[in-house]
Amino acid sequence: MKSYHLDYLDALEAEAIYILRETAAQFDNPALLFSGGKDSILLVHLALKAFRPGKFPFPLVHIDTGHNFQEALDYRDNLVNRIGERLIVRKVQDSIDQGRVKEETGKHASRNALQTVTLLDAIAELKFDACIGGARRDEEKARAKERIFSVRDEFGQWEPRLQRPELWNLFNGKIQKGENVRVFPISNFTELDVWRYIERENIELPKLYFSHERNVFSRDGLWYPDSEYIYRDADETVEKKTVRFRTVGDMTCTAAVLSHADNVSTIIDEIITAQTTERGSRIDDKRSEAAMEERKRGGYF
Amino acid sequence: MELLRFLTSGSVDDGKSTLIGRMLFDSRSLLQDQIEAVEKSSLKKGDDFFNLALLTDGLKAEREQGITIDVAYKYFSTPKRKFIIADTPGHIQYTRNMVTGASTANLMIILVDARAGIIEQTRRHSIIASLMAIPHLVVCVNKMDLVNWSQETFETICEDFRKFSAKLNIRDISFIPVSALKGDNVVNKSENLPWYEGRSLLHHLEEVYIESDINLQSPRFPVQYVIRPESQEHPDYRAYAGSIASGIFRKGQKVMVLPAGFETEIEGIDVYNGEIDEAFAPMSVAIRLKDNLDISRGDFLVDAGAAPETTQDITANICWMSSSKLKAGATFLLQQNSRRVKVRISEIVYKTDISTLEDISGVEELAMNDIGLVKIRAASAVIADDYRKNRFTGGFILIDEGTNLTSGAGFMRF
Repeated sequence: MKSYHLDYLDALEAEAIYILRETAAQFDNPALLFSGGKDSILLVHLALKAFRPGKFPFPLVHIDTGHNFQEALDYRDNLVNRIGERLIVRKVQDSIDQGRVKEETGKHASRNALQTVTLLDAIAELKFDACIGGARRDEEKARAKERIFSVRDEFGQWEPRLQRPELWNLFNGKIQKGENVRVFPISNFTELDVWRYIERENIELPKLYFSHERNVFSRDGLWYPDSEYIYRDADETVEKKTVRFRTVGDMTCTAAVLSHADNVSTIIDEIITAQTTERGSRIDDKRSEAAMEERKRGGYF
Repeated sequence: MELLRFLTSGSVDDGKSTLIGRMLFDSRSLLQDQIEAVEKSSLKKGDDFFNLALLTDGLKAEREQGITIDVAYKYFSTPKRKFIIADTPGHIQYTRNMVTGASTANLMIILVDARAGIIEQTRRHSIIASLMAIPHLVVCVNKMDLVNWSQETFETICEDFRKFSAKLNIRDISFIPVSALKGDNVVNKSENLPWYEGRSLLHHLEEVYIESDINLQSPRFPVQYVIRPESQEHPDYRAYAGSIASGIFRKGQKVMVLPAGFETEIEGIDVYNGEIDEAFAPMSVAIRLKDNLDISRGDFLVDAGAAPETTQDITANICWMSSSKLKAGATFLLQQNSRRVKVRISEIVYKTDISTLEDISGVEELAMNDIGLVKIRAASAVIADDYRKNRFTGGFILIDEGTNLTSGAGFMRF
């Protein structure tokens, strides 16, 4: 007898497409937050599945910290060209020039936290009522508690104790003027699911994700890319290593891992046997146990 | 590989977080940095053991107070299945969170302390499982190490539970003796329980038959979004996008559009890579129809030969979720899948005492976490599906139009 049961990747895909369409149907002016990382690339792929042969009912929005890997920017521009969708870029540098935020200084300076201000300004300027993001619940324990439709108040803040119950597949996107909703279609994917889906769908990724030679230096057990954006002590020496990035974000908060995995299938093997989680190489999460919860309360993705 | 969603209910005292921690730990789903983070927190809290419970508490306030406030989702997989755990708080003041976690679950684990046996909380959780129509229930009799691994104790608890649950609507109940703290029968079969011939908990989760959990009998397709490119390449393309709520749809099938009632035929079922001949729940597809009809979000496509009734008069169980109380006369937006209609609560028939299953009539209001039966009048028709037969069309939420909050969950009864 024919089986009418979906494989788990098909079930996750169906759910994500459903959430994307629900966003398009419930909001007047949504946006898809695109960082150039694999999770947002996955979102774009799922949006093609949700809306083709129609156009996306939202633009892609990139909050650019100015500290990007060039490969990620090239990838972004090629992708937008290929799919023929609209891209809006807002720069953290502009927020700094306008005096909206102050650049961090010192050894651990990063623009990761500053992005929040640029993002909230972009939401206000462009009047977005929903922002679709690629966050996943397996990434971090505050994210494990967040709803798929996550309502933010007029200051962009997340209040974990006042979240709306989400039952079955019913999402309530009704909001007051000034509020907005963050939507997370791939909440139920894990890192491994993302890679298995990328493999199955043959999705092209920036080269950064695959092993390559790079100048890096070691700090606190992590390999930082050698870059003009990252302060380096005199005793931190640059070495050439074979590395890849497990996550790709702002350069100052993304560390490399030593790896020889140069294609998707060897990456999957590497993840299955990995000793640390993906966010173990995220410098932004190392600040404190509640680092993510605090940033989310402040309006972060 | 299949996906199984399950729910664990109970409190820290029952060893719920320890059980989940044990399952993740013994199935090697934890990584070095997660283990280190727990060790660090255990030390900080002054625990002299590796506190598996700390793995599951996500919010700062929860870690500080040692309680679970909200649903947390956890993920792990074995070569057989991918699992999504909805880790929900067990206390009565968090019934709504439990109902939320239960709404999508295939299976619920109920923890029973072997020393205490069936207590009020066990009954309450089982009643919720029954109300939510969760297909599978696993009663884990925990802390077997503290009752000398006694078969007699275990059998007595099973017997008590069977007696009590006979009047509930749960079709598959299993019993497993475990010690979450020591790891017996959680992932690995225990040598301390030689008289127990069944499977370990994880093995049971891998094997339990879930293919019939989805309703494949009654085709329901709520129209979610209309795809109309109006482009040069696709000037006339029009498809109705959505996720199939239940049943199977096929190309050429005669369908009826509800609530309007007109009939047409499926011309094609589209997915990104092309056309498919049939689609089933819960696939996301785009359906093209033969006739050009006035169809929009909130309409349902159903099988023309077996169309359900539509109605403006609804009887439903309600789990109330808002801090402002539910009273007769109040108006809300009812959301049934993609369909939203304005409704008025015409009567509160009774409130259920969820510890004794007793229905108390004559009540004026339902407070947060109360469960009861109400009558509702809708401004326009909804699809009359009984929740027990169809979870994804028989369930609805009530949205308060003043605050926009999701104030209650409903389960239609016909």
